[in-house]
Amino acid sequence: MMTNHGNRVTQGQFSYLPDLTDMQITKQIEYALKNNWAVGIEYTDDPHPRNTYWEMFGNPMFDIRDATAIMLEVNSCRKTFPDHYVRITAFDSTHGTESVVMSFIVNRPKDEPGFRLVRSEEPGRTIRYSIESYAVQSKPEGARY
Amino acid sequence: MDASSLIIPTTPKALCEASGVSSVLDQLDAELIGLAPVKGRIRDIAALLLIDKLRQGEGLQSQPPSLHMSFTGNPGTGKTTVAMRMAEVLKQLGYVRRGHLVAVTRDDLVGQFIGHTAPKTKEVLKKAMGGVLFIDEAYYLYRPENERDYGAEAIEILLQVMENQRDDLVVILAGYKNRMDTFFNSNPGMASRIAHHIDFPDYSEAELMQIAQLMLGKLNYSFDDSAASAFTDYVSLRKQQPHFANARSIRNALDRIRLRHATRLFATNSALTREQLCTLQAEDILASRVFTTAASTAGK
Repeated sequence: MMTNHGNRVTQGQFSYLPDLTDMQITKQIEYALKNNWAVGIEYTDDPHPRNTYWEMFGNPMFDIRDATAIMLEVNSCRKTFPDHYVRITAFDSTHGTESVVMSFIVNRPKDEPGFRLVRSEEPGRTIRYSIESYAVQSKPEGARY
Repeated sequence: MDASSLIIPTTPKALCEASGVSSVLDQLDAELIGLAPVKGRIRDIAALLLIDKLRQGEGLQSQPPSLHMSFTGNPGTGKTTVAMRMAEVLKQLGYVRRGHLVAVTRDDLVGQFIGHTAPKTKEVLKKAMGGVLFIDEAYYLYRPENERDYGAEAIEILLQVMENQRDDLVVILAGYKNRMDTFFNSNPGMASRIAHHIDFPDYSEAELMQIAQLMLGKLNYSFDDSAASAFTDYVSLRKQQPHFANARSIRNALDRIRLRHATRLFATNSALTREQLCTLQAEDILASRVFTTAASTAGK
């Protein structure tokens, strides 16, 4: 598929790079902690670009001071959902920002079939386009990848 | 950065100066009165960590030592204070990454129903990572009289983390001597995983006096001559009475003395000088209940 080279979902930071190693992830988390951002872990098996709200794996870690503790959670999330997308988000609570300022994928399914372009005919020869994941298509949650 | 700062110091002494460790140790000496065994142990640990750095430079095997500690001693001997300082010292020595202290008691670790303990304990451990976990009155974790108590579960998780993630956090257990001994006897696994058992001795009267001076100095108060000797009497009398809690009793006594000082000044009609506001007099101390009880027991 032209828009998705190598059938890799490209969402968030670093997604055009090879997967980050645990060491690199730790460094990124340390950066977030240094800025007093709250780090959270989210997972999903529906990586549609418009699916903004993934499931949270535990609460956002507001009071954790060290990246090792967060890596423990990341690894336990990977263990629980080995074939889901898992991402790390960092939330900046500064007045005026108050949103997620960092988000990158730390786990992806072994096989990512990618997305298909759906054309739907509308009145007057209009065509509307949308995309649909091959994996998500007609499969229930939890059985997709 | 100039060239001289790039030279790696090779003598232990120079390394000690350069790493800022010596200033931390000096500060410890200045601010903590007495506690010779404690300071000795901190010095030993600092030395080992520095020598390890030198060994690393030579390509020799250097394994970070296990630094889990147990502080035992009577009430008010400075266990919590030292634990706080320990976090800073270890940070300065580069042993822990962040150097924050998470102080917990049984309530924070042990859950109320089955399955509640493990997540709760893990939550606390995660919070403490990169720093020091201080478990005050650790003997409450183990309640032998109730075999269904969840404390044992918390101990199990603690042991696991203390063993496997030695680099990530330092656990300090604290409590009164005899009860901690029972605790360790019934949890041999815990005793063997703690390398440093440090006993905090009771303070001598002279040391208590120094502590009082230090506390007053911090609050911008001072004793006049008669007050100093009255306070020495107070300390020796108070030591013989029940529920004496070393430095904590001293702090409480000073708080009450300040109250009496304030009341005395409140009664005066003239304007107060800075001198008067700072100086505690003998009468503020001699009004204490300690002197009257001592007199009545002596009279009996």
